[in-house]
Amino acid sequence: MSVFASILSGTIIFAVPLILVALGGMFSERSGTINIALEGIMIIGALCACLFLSASNDMAWALKNPQLAVFVAILIAGASGLIFSLLLAFASINLKADQTIGGTALNMMAPALAIVVTWAIQGAGQTTINIPSWIRITQADFGLTQSATQGFFESLTFNSFYLTTPIAIILLIVSVIILYKTKFGLRLRSCGEHPQAADSVGINVYKTRYAGVAISGFLGGIGGLAFTVAVGSGFQSSVAGYGFLALAVMIFGNWKPLRIAGAALLFALFKVIGPMAGSIPFLPSFSKIKAAEYIYLMLPYIVTMIVLAFTSKKSRAPKAEGIPYDKSSR
Amino acid sequence: MKKKKSASFENKGSMLKQALDKPGFHSLTASVLSIVIGLIFGYLLLVFLKSGKSTNGIIKILVTGFSNPAKFAKVLYQAAPLILTGLSVAFAFKTGLFNIGATGQYTVGAMFALIGALVWQLPWWACILLAFAGGAIWGAIPGIFKALLNVNEVITSIMFNWIGLFVVNLTITNIPEMLANFYGGSIADRTANLESVNTGAIIPKWGLDNLLGSNYMNIGIFIAILVSIIIYIILNKTTFGYELKACGLNRNASKYAGINAKRNIILSMTIAGALAGIGGGLYYLSGVAQYNIVKNLLPMGFNGIPVALLGASNPIAVVFSGLFISYIQVGGEALQPGFTVEIVNIIIAVIIYMSALSLIVKSGISKLLKIKRQRNKDKEDSNSDEVPPNSDGVGIQAGDYGAGILPEEVQKEGDDK
Repeated sequence: MSVFASILSGTIIFAVPLILVALGGMFSERSGTINIALEGIMIIGALCACLFLSASNDMAWALKNPQLAVFVAILIAGASGLIFSLLLAFASINLKADQTIGGTALNMMAPALAIVVTWAIQGAGQTTINIPSWIRITQADFGLTQSATQGFFESLTFNSFYLTTPIAIILLIVSVIILYKTKFGLRLRSCGEHPQAADSVGINVYKTRYAGVAISGFLGGIGGLAFTVAVGSGFQSSVAGYGFLALAVMIFGNWKPLRIAGAALLFALFKVIGPMAGSIPFLPSFSKIKAAEYIYLMLPYIVTMIVLAFTSKKSRAPKAEGIPYDKSSR
Repeated sequence: MKKKKSASFENKGSMLKQALDKPGFHSLTASVLSIVIGLIFGYLLLVFLKSGKSTNGIIKILVTGFSNPAKFAKVLYQAAPLILTGLSVAFAFKTGLFNIGATGQYTVGAMFALIGALVWQLPWWACILLAFAGGAIWGAIPGIFKALLNVNEVITSIMFNWIGLFVVNLTITNIPEMLANFYGGSIADRTANLESVNTGAIIPKWGLDNLLGSNYMNIGIFIAILVSIIIYIILNKTTFGYELKACGLNRNASKYAGINAKRNIILSMTIAGALAGIGGGLYYLSGVAQYNIVKNLLPMGFNGIPVALLGASNPIAVVFSGLFISYIQVGGEALQPGFTVEIVNIIIAVIIYMSALSLIVKSGISKLLKIKRQRNKDKEDSNSDEVPPNSDGVGIQAGDYGAGILPEEVQKEGDDK
């Protein structure tokens, strides 16, 4: 039973960055801007937040209120991601540049910048920013005493519980409300479908698209921190392709928030099963093949492709995505 | 007298304008401008990091590639796979697809080439053909998913990058003949050295290695250039290339014109994959590189994207952008230990960002020229009191109308036929 619990908690913790970043991508694409720079945005968000966390290890107030420090780190991650994403917004909205080109440039820029900054701050050759261990939420934070034996509930909830998880859930709900229940959401969607029509009824397409990209930067930055926290071995100037995976999850989720959450959970589940395959009795262990771990490492990608093959006949991207809006065009 | 002078001046001016008007010239100035801005940014970054060593650093980036023959050989060696992965991305761009899967296709191509070289003991050209086939298979998959199942090629490519990497690692680990430790070495997670197993599989050097005094030198760069020319001919001189481009520019219009869009999507991705595959073959059949089993995607495939973008997806320009990026990467390696190599990546990123912006600058220049010319014309017209030729206006209208379906370039080619 405890295996089951750790699979569940592992699934959730790896789904969190995917959900956040894919939601970010959704806001950007729903407003009409393809945001391929999510990977870079994640790296920048994680970089700034981890620098703060590692510095806050020496601050008295942070040690006293660890979760407050984590919350500040989350805000820093979001803000830095937002600022970085404005580079994409400027190129693709104001200057009407090709959106994949701008995004690719940012993706290339971010990891290099992260390494340069890490070297500059920590000294040459120091490629890892260590994050303090107190950021994890434990029983003590709720005034509970840690029981000696880890039961089902403990390993489900407190094994890998970080502030990013509840915040991701809140942001998911908020996203659904913003996208479907507010005036802003309707306007955002209209700019991604038919910006000319939106403009004709007085919506400022440029501003709305800026907002879409900025939201994606905010969520992407937090996603970067969530990823680093989930991996748990510090920040090494990389998010291991999660930004691109989030892009895939977003398409998989058909540009809809709840489906994105489902897609992220499915992907994370198969991602987590791999390393644990040995301890799950009914899974084959491929003992005759060397390095059989690769079979399980492939699993989440293959499952995603199979599901997509069956579901994507109906998949539909926002109609105007990728096309810079030009007021004078028909 | 006065009139005559102005006329001759006009004539000269129009010739200059014609030269300035060519889109190729605009792209070139835009690219050069972006490169200059990128390098200035890089220099400022170096100043910011360590002002004492900054001038030395930027000089290293700029001259290392030409500083001695061995370094130049390395530039050419790394440029070959970069050109091919760049070509792969550029080819897909031309047909309206984003091939972000070049790294997967590159890896699978490399594996096919190495199986041919190490297991079947084939000569080098057969290994390159195998690499071509391996890349083609891996490229065809996103094409098939896109054409038949309506799955976005970006997502399939990303997924198959990882699947490809793991398939390659799994396969190589399970074929003992491929690993270095089969031949007496101690390293188990690296493929065997071709020098000691099958020298026939090493790409010929034609004595160029002696000339430049470097083992890196082989004819790979010439193969890359040849392939670029072939791709240029396919895209610009054949019906097939015309159909592919038409599909990329407007899928519905080309369908309406009787082009089989689905077939073209699959073919386009297959060719793009094959190109990246050859790149993998060229890199690992050199005799100096061995495939290391790692769990991260190889950067060579991703670097094809900036190469293609800097070359504005033109197969011939991609050769130069590949050489340039390889050149400053070799320069960047010389930065260590004072600075990190990654500074070069920042420079490349700034160049790409600027080139995205400069497309705008470029269209701005041509717009400005057009307006000026129009004004001059108006002046002339009002001076000579002639009625402007009516056909001109009609022509513009017709062109405008056509542009809605197929952009000018294709239209012109269509007219030729």
